[in-house]
Parts: sequence; structure tokens; C-alpha cells
Amino acid sequence: MIPAKFDYKPAQSKEEALSLLAEYGDEAKLLAGGHSLLPLMKLRLATPEVLIDIGAIEDLSYIQDKGDVIAIGALTKHRKVEQSDILKEHIPLLAHTASHVGDPQVRNRGTIGGSLCHGDPASDLPAAILATRATLVISGPSGERKVESDDFFTDFWETEVKEDELLTEILVPKYTGESWAYQKFNRRSQDWAIVGCALQAGDNPGIGMVNMGSTPVRSADAENALKSGGSPKEVGELADSGLTPPTDIHGNESYRRDLAKVLLQRALEN
Amino acid sequence: MSIVGTKVIRKEDPNLLTGRGQYVDDIQLTGMTHMAFVRSTEAHALIKGIDVSAALECEGVIGAWTAADLELPPLPEVPGLERPTLATDKVRFVGEAVAVIVAESKYAAADGTELVVVDYEPLEAVTNIEEATAEDAPLLFEELGSNTVAEVPSADDHQSVFDSAPHTEKIKLINNRCTAAPIETSACLADYGPAGLTIWASFQAPHHLRNRISAWLGIPQDQCRVITPDVGGGFGQKINFTPEFFLAPVLSKILNRPVKYSQTRSEAMTSMYHGRAQEQEVDIAFDNEGKIQALRVFASQDMGGYAIGTGMGMPVLTTAMSAGCYVIPNVSVAWRNVLTNTTPIAAYRGAGRPEATYLIERAMDHIAYKLEMDPTEVRRQNYIPKDDFPYATHSELAVYDSGNFEGALDELLEIMDYESIREEQVANQDMPEKPLIGVGFSSWLELAGFGPPGSLEGFGHLGSWESVQIRIQPDGSAIIYTGASPHGQGTVTTFAQIASEYLGIEYDKISVRHGDTATIPQGIGTMGSRQVAVGGEGVKNASIGIVQKAKSIAAHKLEANPEDIEVKDGSLFVKGSPSKSLSWAEVATFSFQRLELPEDMDPGSLDETILQEVPNFSFPSGAYACVIEIDKHTGDTRVRDIYLVDDCGTVINPLLAEGQVHGGVAQGIAQALYEEFSYDENGQPTTATFIDYLMPGAPDLPSYTSGRINTPNPNNSLGAKGIGESGSVGTPPAVINAVVDALRHLGVTHIDMPATPQKIWKILQGGTK
Ligand SMILES: Cc1cc2nc3c(=O)[nH]c(=O)nc-3n(C[C@H](O)[C@H](O)[C@H](O)COP(=O)(O)OP(=O)(O)OC[C@H]3O[C@@H](n4cnc5c(N)ncnc54)[C@H](O)[C@@H]3O)c2cc1C
Repeated sequence: MIPAKFDYKPAQSKEEALSLLAEYGDEAKLLAGGHSLLPLMKLRLATPEVLIDIGAIEDLSYIQDKGDVIAIGALTKHRKVEQSDILKEHIPLLAHTASHVGDPQVRNRGTIGGSLCHGDPASDLPAAILATRATLVISGPSGERKVESDDFFTDFWETEVKEDELLTEILVPKYTGESWAYQKFNRRSQDWAIVGCALQAGDNPGIGMVNMGSTPVRSADAENALKSGGSPKEVGELADSGLTPPTDIHGNESYRRDLAKVLLQRALEN
Repeated sequence: MSIVGTKVIRKEDPNLLTGRGQYVDDIQLTGMTHMAFVRSTEAHALIKGIDVSAALECEGVIGAWTAADLELPPLPEVPGLERPTLATDKVRFVGEAVAVIVAESKYAAADGTELVVVDYEPLEAVTNIEEATAEDAPLLFEELGSNTVAEVPSADDHQSVFDSAPHTEKIKLINNRCTAAPIETSACLADYGPAGLTIWASFQAPHHLRNRISAWLGIPQDQCRVITPDVGGGFGQKINFTPEFFLAPVLSKILNRPVKYSQTRSEAMTSMYHGRAQEQEVDIAFDNEGKIQALRVFASQDMGGYAIGTGMGMPVLTTAMSAGCYVIPNVSVAWRNVLTNTTPIAAYRGAGRPEATYLIERAMDHIAYKLEMDPTEVRRQNYIPKDDFPYATHSELAVYDSGNFEGALDELLEIMDYESIREEQVANQDMPEKPLIGVGFSSWLELAGFGPPGSLEGFGHLGSWESVQIRIQPDGSAIIYTGASPHGQGTVTTFAQIASEYLGIEYDKISVRHGDTATIPQGIGTMGSRQVAVGGEGVKNASIGIVQKAKSIAAHKLEANPEDIEVKDGSLFVKGSPSKSLSWAEVATFSFQRLELPEDMDPGSLDETILQEVPNFSFPSGAYACVIEIDKHTGDTRVRDIYLVDDCGTVINPLLAEGQVHGGVAQGIAQALYEEFSYDENGQPTTATFIDYLMPGAPDLPSYTSGRINTPNPNNSLGAKGIGESGSVGTPPAVINAVVDALRHLGVTHIDMPATPQKIWKILQGGTK
């Protein structure tokens, strides 16, 4: 549990972070809350030579009402997301999902940007972000670009964010519907989900699934069934449709498929 | 009011809660170096070569050694089955130490280990008992000719009883492999200088370590000092020798510098001893009333890659205690110990008795299934009557001293509402959204208070007594020095309570010192739920001895007869004339002054040392019940309530007794529902982190409802039996009986531990009424 040697470069601003990224290239890793990266480094599964610490960039930690959307700075801590009145009012799914991440220590350190950039299919917030159909703002050497949440998660632990880039902002459309839920199935209170399901029902329903594939994924077939008025049971039955959940020590594929159905049905009946 | 039996707040806590505790890793010595290990990545392989040259080039690395460089004797464990200190020609489990690095910092040491290249020639691994005992199984030790290192057949299998019995049942049980996972992983710091060796170690038995290490190193015991400072949990894992404690002094001597080892969690998961890992074949014969006529047990103990003393002893304890709380006219037991390419097995809280309790309490429920009887009724049919003590069992080890098993069940049914749970159970079965309810019982009995002469010697200890020395200070305060080596039990508090009671000195003026072979007059250590029943009895006896002498001093000064002196509230006075009195402080001061003493007494005589022995083990017992809720759709299984009636005889401190039960019950629930250390077919661990090894935390556990009965231990004057392991002994069968009970209407009669939601979901998928 002792990391390999690394250099530590604190960045005070987005610009400084980008220039450090340009300088160190693929030797470097961004450090936000450290709650995914540091455990990997302690196990020596990650051995970056340089850590660029963006954790102290105050400018990137905010939750702002921008009219149709809420803008969330990438370095906003889970705890802030959980407790934000703006989010509780306009995107309650997101605030509620954040309250399911780890324990208070984890939520006071981990950032929403870090959780999204880590791209772990077992994480809670990516599923909620998919359900909300958010847009992600990525900054790089040639300025800003926007990526839809559907295109953000590219492979296991991989995202659209390139080595010289930084996720800076998440733009989440305000939710006007009435029926949302996050269902997380795990063994111990602070565990990752064996399966999770984030739901925003309504005209353009969003269903994000946790641990049901190699990336955070939406359950498109279930969304369509919901759109066309399917009952909770009917929609639930489609939760795993088109998805390929993994088998691991906590659950095999068929168990995960069934859990997904039960959780989605429960989310809808809530 | 008597202080024994009251809820005194722990003396240990202020230090620990304010961060002033001192653990081995907190200790810094000038010139200190750091030791780290290269550990086997193979479960079974020949070592073809080890190249440490790159590590030696690494910045900060001072040295790197293999077995060939050091030529050390093996660890002082089971004769004929010794474990090498560093792997020599072969590795036998993933995590075994292969080479050692010492460096200027722990970071450099860790870097160094990454650069050592070990050339392995993999061999086929055996990861469980079935594979290890197969006809042409690969052998861990070719020279032994078998992986079975000990085998004891039964004297009589009572086949005729089984042949004529109205009912028989065969049950196969697996007691899942667990790891104790104390919050403080293993740690030691060795400083071997010209004046001798000092080792700070996270260990449960400092004198045991001192005696064995000094013999192993060939230095006199007077020049070898072992200190166990605050220890963050042991659970039996830390009464066994590990290579690290032996290598640190050797390397400290070579380098002439202190050497520290602080184990990482990753290392702790694979290299520290595991527990349980026992498979049992159980046959029972019983009549139409549910009376058990015969019990046959064959216990197969997985030893892991090396045989360790306490590991070898597990099936001995299991088979000794297999009959539980019941009158069983015919008992036959047999066992064997089998090596596999997994982490070695040693004692883990309960050590052999949870395995015994599990088998007999599962058997009781099988009788209930077969005869469609209430599980409490089956137990009532079979209890040893409360007047039948001492009770001799099939085993010489287990002569039960006392107990009231039916009384404990009666009390249990008082503190729970059994009827309404049963009503809810039936009602819920047909309501799709309501959880399935199950209730399970465990009437348990264990063997504790280790022990009578010979009992710990069998595990390599010097004796089975415990040392207590009480020294009255000139101001009338008292210091107790003891060989007990507590690491969370609260012994400092309980010993001070007992001493206060019998010395008549205020609780706040009594300190307890432990964990240093330089200041403690010999000792054995803390294990086997022994320190109230053995050490506590010593505290009482030493206190009584001191009071006798103090009375002589007081009598001399007050011109009275010693028999007429009474001790109360910090003073000694003449019976009937309380004005003729001396304070404890005055008597204590006089005890150091020749001119104030009676002629036949020397200065400093208020100093009493006892090596307390006990004639028998003690036998804590109780009745537990668990209420389980199962989500019909996900298989999610939670303990809703747990009811606990303990009988540990006299309770010294109810707060601490309850705390011990709570911790043990947590570990029992953990074993039954959450924890299992597992391996893939190649012997690679699959649960080596806390992400995959599901140790539950407080939020995952229910509130506990407790009751108590008290049948005093007749073998010590305190009447105390011990309570450290009770929870972990009594709980697993209560939980599993409850899980099965919740699924009985589906025809289920068994589910192996841990009862995971996936296993239960599978049953629910296939199950119809
Ligand atoms: C004990 C524990 C329990 C946990 N339980 C849960 C749980 O139940 N559910 C759950 O979802 N998560 C859980 N987590 C993970 C936690 O949510 C992490 O905090 C989160 O996943 C990562 O956020 P971070 O800010 O800590 O990122 P870091 O660890 O600092 O970074 C993670 C990765 O993202 C990159 N990165 C970070 N920020 C940016 C950025 N702005 N732009 C580009 N790249 C960036 C880093 O380079 C790194 O590769 C747990 C963690 C711990 C330690």
C-alpha cells in the first residue's frame, strides 16, 4: 500500500493545469479528490510520474443556475452535490445519487469530475449523469469542447477526456418531471453497487445503469418502453436488454440481469 | 457497594480516544531502517533463482537477502513440519515471503521489492481438501508422501446405533475460511545492539515470543526484551509466529541498526494466518421424540501451506466440543489436518469451538426439519440437566464445569416475542412485497479460560498459568504487573476493579502494567478467553495475600490482633473501634520502614507475585436467536434482530462483557453472511482486498438485545468463566438456522456460509412451495 515515486505539481488555475499537462504529457495524471487515483497508486496499479493536483482550483467548484441548465464545476465535491439546494430543487436525482457514494469521508473528498473521468461502470454518479442527459465541457490546448454524456464513456475506465485535456464543467438540464429514483443494491453500506439504476421518468425518460457493462450505460430499450407507456413491470423486464453485465465475485451475469430488472421496477414504482 | 459487577468506564479509553495510544508503527528510533518483503505470486512453484541485484541498485536500499544468504533455521512451530523463515527451494502459497529488503525508508523498501526478480517454475496447486487428498494430488512436501499431516480415526463408529435408530441424517458442512483482519496489521521493530535485543511487536503473548526468539537466536533470555505496546486487535492471529518477527532481529544485528516492519493491508490479507477452513461430515441418529442417540463427526482441517501449532489444534478443539449442550450417549469423532496451497490456518476468535457449535446446532435443526418439531423443543429434549455438573463428555478435554442451558433458552424466550415473529413469518410468505422472515436458534457452549496445566504447553507455551504481581507503592496506590497482554479486551479495567475490591484501595489509585518482558515477572498472554478466569483470579489471590500482610502492619501500629483489623474505604481499622485506624497510605509507607514494622516482617513486603493456575477449562454458554429478513426478489439478507443470552458466570464489568459479546457477534454475523476468503483454481486469492472481502461495519449490523443468566464457575473463587469468544462461537449457527428457516417452506434444509444474496436468489428462482 505504498505508491511508487512521483513528482507533485499543484495547479492554481485551469490554465496552469493545462500548461502542466502540456509539459508532462502522458507521464502525468490529474489529481482531484484522489479517492479513485490514490488507491490505485497505493496498489501500484497506477504509477504516474507526475501528479498535477487540481484539487485546490476554487474556480472549478460551483453549482450555478443558468436558466435551462444547472452548471456544475468539475471539482465540486460529492458532498456539495448531495447538499445543494439548487440541485435538490432542479435535479433531485443527482443530489440524491451523490448521497449514495461511499461514506461521508469519501463524499467530502471525491469530486463529481473525478468520478466521471474515472469512468468506472461501478460508480453511482455516471449513471445519474447519463439519465439526466447532461453535457460535459472539456478544456484543452485549443479551447473548450462539449461532449454529450452518451458519448463520454468510451471504454472500461476510459472517457472522451484526452491526455492533454481537463473536464471543467457539467451542464445538466433541469428536470421538470415528477418521478425519479436511484436504486443501489450493495452488501455493505459503503460499498459500490453490485447493480444500480438511476431513473428520470417523463417525456424524455433517462435510465442509467451501474455495473451493467464495461462502461456506465443507459438502458435504451427500457427508456423506449417507458416512453410508450409500459407498466413498471414491463419496463423493468427490459432493464438489461442489450446490455452485457460482468460476472465477478459479488454477482454473476444472470444475477445482475435480474437485479437490474427488480431495481428498475422498484425505481418506477417508487 | 461492590466495584466488581459495575459498569466502570474503561481506564484504557482516554489515551486511545485522544490519539495518545502508542502502536509499534508510532515508535521511531534513531537510525531506524525499514524492512519489506518480496512475496510469492505463485501458489505452488519451485524457485529456480532469485536475482536481487537491481534492488541493491535502488536508491535508499541498504540490503536484500534470500534464504540462501541467511541460512536461518525454520520458525519454531510444529516439530517435523517446520515452516522456513524465507522460502527456500519452493513456495507453497501466494503471499509467502521469498526475499527481504531493508532500506532507509519504507518507500525505498517497497521500491526495492519491485525490482527483485524471482524465477518460478509453477507446479499444479491444490486449493482445497478434496484436491489435496485426491489419489495423485501434487504434494506440498514430497518428503512427507502425503498432504495429510495428521489423522486421528475414531475409536468406535457406533454403527450398530445408527443401524437400529428410528432416524438418521447425514450432513456435510463447510466452515468457511475467514481472516481476522485486525485494524492494526502486523508490525515489529527490532533493535539488536551490544546490550542485547529489544523487539516491539504487535503480539498477544510477549513472553512467549521472548522465550522462543531468544532460543532461536541463541541468546540468553535476560538479554532479549519483548515489548507489546498498544495492540490494535489480535483475535488469535497474533499468537502465532510469523517470519517477520524473526528476520527483523537477524537483520538488525547484521546492520547494527534498528529494523522496523509495518505490514501493508495487502500483505496482511494473504500472509497473515487465516481461520476456520474446516469441512465436516456429520452423522446423527435420533428417535421419534427428537432425542439424539448418536453423533459421528469427521472434521477435515485445511491447514493452508504450512502446519502451525494452533492450526493443528483446531480439529482437536472442534471434536472435543462437538456434543455441545446435549446428552449424547454415543459420540465418535475423527479428524485430519491437510495441507493446501493457501494461506496457513491458525487460531481465530473461537478457534475450533465455533466449528463445533456450528455442526451440533445445525444438526439440532436437521432433527427439527425431519420430525417437523419446533427447534426449541428439539433442544429441550436433549439438554444436559442443570443439576448434572460436572459433566463428563466423550472427550477428556471437555469436562463441563457448570451450566444451565435450558435456563438460558427460557431467558431468551423472555426477551424476544417468538410467537409474533412466527406469525409474521407465515403472513409474509404470501405477500410479494414483504420480506421472508426466518428465526434461528443456537444453544451454545464453549471451552474457554485456557487452561489447566498442560493445555497451553501443547501449543508451545511455557505454562498455562498467568502471572500477577501487585506492588503497593509508598503512597498507598497499587501497581499490578501481569503477563496478560490485552489488546482491546479491557483487562486493565477489570484487573483494577478486582484489585480494588479485594485490596480496599480506590479504583483510581490502581494501575495495570503489561506487555514488557523486562518488567513483568514472566507471563503467558491473552488468548482463549482466559484473562478474567485465570489472571483475574490471580489478582484476587495476590490482593488477599497483600491485605493479610497489611493487616499485620496495621495491627502492630494500632496494638491490636491482625485478625481484628478490617479494611474498608481506603483505611485499615480495628473491628468495633473505627477511630483506631490507619489510612492505606500510612500502612504503605510503614511497609517500607524497618522501624515501623513488626519484627517478623521485612521492608517492601507488600509485594505479591502469583503464577495463577486453574484446575479446569471454563465453559461459558448461552442461547442466541437471530431474526433474518430476506428480500424475495433480490435475495438480500439482513439480520433484523439478534437476541443474546450469555452465561459467563460472574460478570466483572457488564459494559465490557457486553462489548466483548458485541464484537464476537459481529464477527459471527460476518462469517455467516459476509466473509469468505477464497481462491481461484490456481490458488490465486480472489478476496484479497476489503472491496472483495466483505468485512461488515457498524451500519451493516443490527442492534443487539441482550439478557443474561449466571451459573458461577466452580473452579475459581471469582466464579468467572470468560466471554471473549462467546459471540463468535454462538452466532453463526443462529444466523444460518434463521436463513434456512426463512426458506424452509421452499424445501430448503441447508445453505453454506456465507449465505450471500446471490446464493439465496438462486434458491428463490428455483423454489416453489
Ligand atoms: C472507500 C471508498 C468508497 C467509495 N465508494 C464509492 C461508491 O459507493 N460509489 C462511487 O461511485 N464511488 C465511490 N468511491 C469513489 C469516489 O467516488 C471517488 O471520489 C471518485 O470516483 C473519484 O473522484 P476524485 O475526485 O476522488 O478523483 P481522483 O481519484 O482524483 O481522480 C480519478 C481519475 O480521474 C481523473 N480526473 C479527476 N478529475 C479530473 C478532471 N477534472 N479532468 C480530467 N480528469 C480528471 C484523474 O486523473 C484520475 O484518473 C469510493 C472511494 C473510496 C476511497
